[in-house]
Amino acid sequence: MPDDLSPRGPDLLSVPITVNGQERHMRLAPWTTLLDALRDTLGLSGSKKGCDHGQCGACTVILDGRRVNACLVLAASKEGSEVRTVEGLAAPDGTLHPLQQAFIAHDAFQCGYCTPGQLCSGVALLEEGHAKTPDEIREWMSGNLCRCGAYPNIVAAIGEVASR
Amino acid sequence: MQNQRIIGTPQDRVDGRAKVTGAAPYVADFAAGQPILQAHPVGSAIARGRILAMDTSRALAVPGVVEVFTHENRPRTSWFGSSWQDEVAPPGQPLRPLHDARILHSGQPIALVVAETYEAARHAANLVTVAYEEEAHHTDLGLRLGTAYVPPKTRSGTTPPPKPKGDVEAALAAAPVTHQARYSVAAEVHNAMEPHATTVIVEEGGALLIHDKIQGVMNTQATVCAIFGLAKEKVRVVTPYLGGGFGSGLRPHHQCFLAVMAALALNRSVKLVLPRDHQFFLAHRPQTEMLVALGATRDGKLTAIRHDAIAGTSTYEDHQEVVVNWTNLLYPAPNVSLSHKLVKLDIESPTDMRAPGAPIGLFAAESAMDELAEKLGMCPLQLRLVNHADTDEVSNKRHTSKELRAAYRMGAERFGWQGRPLAPRAMKDGHELVGWGMATGAWEAQMQTHHARVMLDGEGRATVGVATADIGTGTYTILTQIAAEALGLPMARVTVLLGDSLLPKAPVSGGSWTAASAGAAVDDACARLKAELLRLAQKKGRLLGATLEDLRFADGAMARWSDAGTAIPLADILGESGRDSLVADGKAGPDMLSQLRYSSHAHSAVFAEVRVDEALGQVRVTRMVQAVAAGRILNPKTARSQVIGGAVWGIGMALHEEAQEDHVLGRRMNHNLAEYHIPACADVPDIDVLFVEEHDPRTSPLGVKGLGEIGICGAPPAIANAVWHATGRRVRDLPMTIERVLGLKDTPA
Repeated sequence: MPDDLSPRGPDLLSVPITVNGQERHMRLAPWTTLLDALRDTLGLSGSKKGCDHGQCGACTVILDGRRVNACLVLAASKEGSEVRTVEGLAAPDGTLHPLQQAFIAHDAFQCGYCTPGQLCSGVALLEEGHAKTPDEIREWMSGNLCRCGAYPNIVAAIGEVASR
Repeated sequence: MQNQRIIGTPQDRVDGRAKVTGAAPYVADFAAGQPILQAHPVGSAIARGRILAMDTSRALAVPGVVEVFTHENRPRTSWFGSSWQDEVAPPGQPLRPLHDARILHSGQPIALVVAETYEAARHAANLVTVAYEEEAHHTDLGLRLGTAYVPPKTRSGTTPPPKPKGDVEAALAAAPVTHQARYSVAAEVHNAMEPHATTVIVEEGGALLIHDKIQGVMNTQATVCAIFGLAKEKVRVVTPYLGGGFGSGLRPHHQCFLAVMAALALNRSVKLVLPRDHQFFLAHRPQTEMLVALGATRDGKLTAIRHDAIAGTSTYEDHQEVVVNWTNLLYPAPNVSLSHKLVKLDIESPTDMRAPGAPIGLFAAESAMDELAEKLGMCPLQLRLVNHADTDEVSNKRHTSKELRAAYRMGAERFGWQGRPLAPRAMKDGHELVGWGMATGAWEAQMQTHHARVMLDGEGRATVGVATADIGTGTYTILTQIAAEALGLPMARVTVLLGDSLLPKAPVSGGSWTAASAGAAVDDACARLKAELLRLAQKKGRLLGATLEDLRFADGAMARWSDAGTAIPLADILGESGRDSLVADGKAGPDMLSQLRYSSHAHSAVFAEVRVDEALGQVRVTRMVQAVAAGRILNPKTARSQVIGGAVWGIGMALHEEAQEDHVLGRRMNHNLAEYHIPACADVPDIDVLFVEEHDPRTSPLGVKGLGEIGICGAPPAIANAVWHATGRRVRDLPMTIERVLGLKDTPA
């Protein structure tokens, strides 16, 4: 085993990923997470880092139609994928997604830090058809922590959009 | 007469769109995607001792690493230890990061790696090696209770326990019914979703623009200036959004010091986002051991109250909270003895955490009252009513208002308390035991001096500024409502600016005082602006002879109440006077005269239903009703959210949260969000919040008492009492984990 384990400055990889409908080409070190790539390379700071361990859900994005914790995904492994972040939920003309609107109407956030992740989880949940009852919403939304405790309002907001 | 009512109506958050689109910038979002140095700390692996040697050579060899700071090469800072004392520091010497080789607690920052990329900084931090000289440490409060002491210096802003009254021991001996037991609450960690972080932008000419996770930007500004010897003009602190604070952001923490130090030394912008595990060594709610003894007559009237508390603190600061006073605030008795002591431990200083002290003391007091009711064979709610305090016996003052009786009545009715069987284990549903419990909550209504400025522009738009923070509480929204109603403008024409040290001075946002204080300051600024508008109008010969009371402000204009035809758009008054804008400054603070005569508190009656799986010991809170009497409610929508949030914290305190210490290593074990469980969506039922009408012009100019804390105060004991009612087992230690509910874990007698 070599005595010095310092990284040698690995070659940067070219990583094309479609983010919110736009193809983006990033030059990334292989150990860069999708979350850090979105935030630090693309400057898309809507996705939040809460724990960097996949335990809080603040970094949830929609990757090829599925909810993922972006802090647990290596960006280089998702070449050619499509990512939707909180910045891509509203329509191009600024019209909010119905769930964004419902979050405001139901006061489903306080500090707002977990909100991008809650919204991405909620949007995917609705698309997956996993929001039939309040208990089902509670269970499927339990990967997204909210320290302000807005849960009852989050459940109400998702339930309202699901029932439309 | 009143302008159109906006205060008191449910309004969506004005920052809602920014928060649901990801546009609201939090500390780590500043300079995202721009070249900025990234820093990563190294924490001490031992709890007590000193650093013998550090080897940073391998870290420095990592490509992209710019510098590694340690106590050996740190830049010079203020010679005075007191310069580290921030606005809310308790008595003692705050931790000075990288000050010298001493280790005062595990996880203490001992080095900072600064690199061109986050990945390089994180990796290099793992390559710093340290040789320590370890000393014996003490982290176990239970083993050190014998060293408890009364803090020699009272922490500013806290009220120490009052002098004893009567003869408690004799009264307990003589009382026909008594109850005595020990209770404890584990240390908890704030764990706001936003990590503690600081982004320092070095501007042209060397001035610093600091984005710091702080509940009051002026606290960071003053502390940074004092430590680094900088002029105020050279340091601007801007934090428009805070991803939760809950007290952890009251004091500038070491990441702020480290980031500023690195930025000054390297003359480059630096971002330091603490990893989640480091936040477990930053601040916590102190572990507290308590003893409660109650003596009562057979009809439940209390004759004696004793409540002693011993809490852990660090070796370097005497962190103090109000823990035991609540018991006598809620219940009068002729014989009372209250005490609060500290034990020095080799841990980081505790810090205020949502309603510091209150839910700890009330857990013990309200559990003890429930146990007394059990002995008396009395309804627990009836026992509270029998002992209702009409005056504040702790300070011997009258209450400005106290609608607690109404809160009990409304809460009990909504919950369906009547018909609750007195005996435990009386309700069962399938494999689950069902229990109902109740408890009382209280929190002091406070005001702090706040300044505010309002500017009206030529378009008839108003901009309001206060240096306080919206930590998720809804400050942006309620201040918009207050200014809009005062000036007769639609809310969309009012912009509120917060979290900038260039704005009018305000203290940290905490203690539930912001709505009452900042709200009154904004209202005052608006009143002065209106007076100035009237003066300008009258100079032009309009509304002659009118006073402000004669005027109605509506639809962006002012007019005599008696004659709508006199309406002048506010923008026209500016135009006629040849002005682009008009500015007025306001101020509000505590009314000292009123404080001499009155005491003021928010109260709550909390009712909880739990279901306990008899075989598994798993507790679920299935219903909760909180009836809250907290003066005037500015915005029922955000107010309800505040109380729900507090209730969720109560669930966490009651069932989940515990910072677990490995006393051999003197180190917290569960320093991540998987092993330190905060309530998740599935842990939280619908929570029913009722606001009791309480008209109280004495508590603050707007009649507001504040809501940030009251939601948690009575929730833990209500849940604990419900667990007893379900199972017949009295759990006197929080959190009520499965092994405690099943009686598998011994509790010290």
